[in-house]
Amino acid sequence: MNPLILLPVLLPLAGGLLALLAGRGRPGVERLVSVATVLLLLPVSAALLREASGGVIQSYAVGDWPAPFGIVLVLDHLAAWMLLVTAVIGSGALLFGLGRSDKAGRHFHTLFQFQLLGINGAFLTGDLFNLFVFFEVLLIASYALLAHGSRPERTRAAIRVAVLNLLGSTLFLVAVGCLYAAAGTLNFADLAERGASLPADRLGLWQAGAWLLVAVFALKAALLPLGFWLPGSYGVADGAVAALFSVLTKVGVVALIRAGTLMFPDLEVGPVLWVAALGTLALGATGMLAARHLSTLAAHAVILSVGMLLVSVASFSRDGLAAAVFYLAHGTLATAALFLIAGRVALVRGETGDALVAGPAFRGRVSLPAAFMVAAVAVAGLPPLGGFVAKLAILDAAARLDGAAWTWTLVLAASLLSIFALARAGTTIFWKVGLDRGELVEIPRWRPLAVTGISLVLAAVVLLALFAGPAFRQSQDIAGQLLDRQAYMDAVLGARRGGGG
Amino acid sequence: MEAIVAAAIGVLVATGVYLVLRPRLFSVLLGITLLSYAVNLFLLAAGGLMVDAAPLTDRPGPYPDPLPQALVLTAIVISFGMTALVIVLALRSVSERGHDRIDDEEERAP
Repeated sequence: MNPLILLPVLLPLAGGLLALLAGRGRPGVERLVSVATVLLLLPVSAALLREASGGVIQSYAVGDWPAPFGIVLVLDHLAAWMLLVTAVIGSGALLFGLGRSDKAGRHFHTLFQFQLLGINGAFLTGDLFNLFVFFEVLLIASYALLAHGSRPERTRAAIRVAVLNLLGSTLFLVAVGCLYAAAGTLNFADLAERGASLPADRLGLWQAGAWLLVAVFALKAALLPLGFWLPGSYGVADGAVAALFSVLTKVGVVALIRAGTLMFPDLEVGPVLWVAALGTLALGATGMLAARHLSTLAAHAVILSVGMLLVSVASFSRDGLAAAVFYLAHGTLATAALFLIAGRVALVRGETGDALVAGPAFRGRVSLPAAFMVAAVAVAGLPPLGGFVAKLAILDAAARLDGAAWTWTLVLAASLLSIFALARAGTTIFWKVGLDRGELVEIPRWRPLAVTGISLVLAAVVLLALFAGPAFRQSQDIAGQLLDRQAYMDAVLGARRGGGG
Repeated sequence: MEAIVAAAIGVLVATGVYLVLRPRLFSVLLGITLLSYAVNLFLLAAGGLMVDAAPLTDRPGPYPDPLPQALVLTAIVISFGMTALVIVLALRSVSERGHDRIDDEEERAP
């Protein structure tokens, strides 16, 4: 067993607690602990991805209780891939928020670390009930982060998200109950194994639980018709927080991928997901056009990216999954960058905020408009950045399937609309000058950190495009591993078989 | 036994859903609490119901499945924490906006 697998969960836990205890009344110490933790996560995740790209699935039995009786953390290639993306976005967002977001209220860093703990745990867990627990950890941190900064619209958004997700958690537990009653286990691999040979009288319970679970994951992923909560909450959150939130929907997407490939391959989830994903694409693109704030536009870009991902995931084919996995990294990074830039724009434009109206002139300021340009190209999926490669792969994978005409039309139309929306937003904010032009405002001391934060995320987007070849080969390996259910079951349950037989 | 538990879960869910659909956060919170009670009973029932049998004893005889009981314990703790958090949010809503209604539209950002 490789204890390195525990680090993405333990590091943020330790960092969060240390920031809470040692940082009391000493913001400098709190910041230092928090930054050190996220920066440590980067090499750890990179090392884990390196190990996982060998193609071997590693399982860590916590407390040495063998699966399926104990709790396991499973490092497969997809989990490692998402850990690295999360670490990059976490570092960028935290650097961006230093000295600004963390001054708006107390315990920002602790909450941020617990959010990372929940996200990383949800990617790594190999057990349905622990997925529930990690979901709750990331949600409870996200409510507090969303309400951070004492503004009425944030409190309102936090209440909505909290109530909705509490209902989602209730359904999650009902699904857990159904599946446990039907199969007598909650371990992913064990569920996959027993699901194939259930007695006929338990099949109904099993399917009810499985569909409920898919609905809960769709709610987390903000899939139509369960995604209307997203723009109102992400749009009002602080820039650094919203950037980290852009990973949250992907936790739902990853859970859906695991449900469809590993746990319930016989359930025919694909067609339902496909229709919902096409609707989500249309909703995201329309929302981007209709948005009146840059942050709301970014929130709709998240919805669009979820639609794009699940259109491709829904085929559950090797090509479709590979394209989706590549887009998973690219789309998440791109929307996170857009949220950070929206936060920056709102800050420097003072009272005008990030509203899409003419405001103070950006004369002589090149870096922020240039960063927006890169992020916009990435979000819209234009060449030369990786989004173009991903979309090409999505369209190529869809071409051989039924309903290709629908997929092609909606993917291309949504891309076109998102280009319009982003171009209009960019020209309005950076080129037009309002009549009562104020001045750009700035807190100079913390500016380098904000720039570093945005640059870090954008650099990852650019690197993903530069190394698109190796990255895409990794995505194909991930897709192959996801479809090889037997390998996952052997890796997790192998110890039991070896001991028993 | 099954009938009593099933009826209890049904009544709790029905009451909970009704309260969740009310416009004030206080009723919604009560509704969510009732729903979480219903879910806890449901989880307990998922392991099979047994009367007068402890899960972890030295006594011989039929044991009920201890795992759902552990799940319920965790779920109770989590829902307790969540409820506390939503109460804090509700209090903050009252202090910032003067009410805890969740169906208001007048504050939508321009």
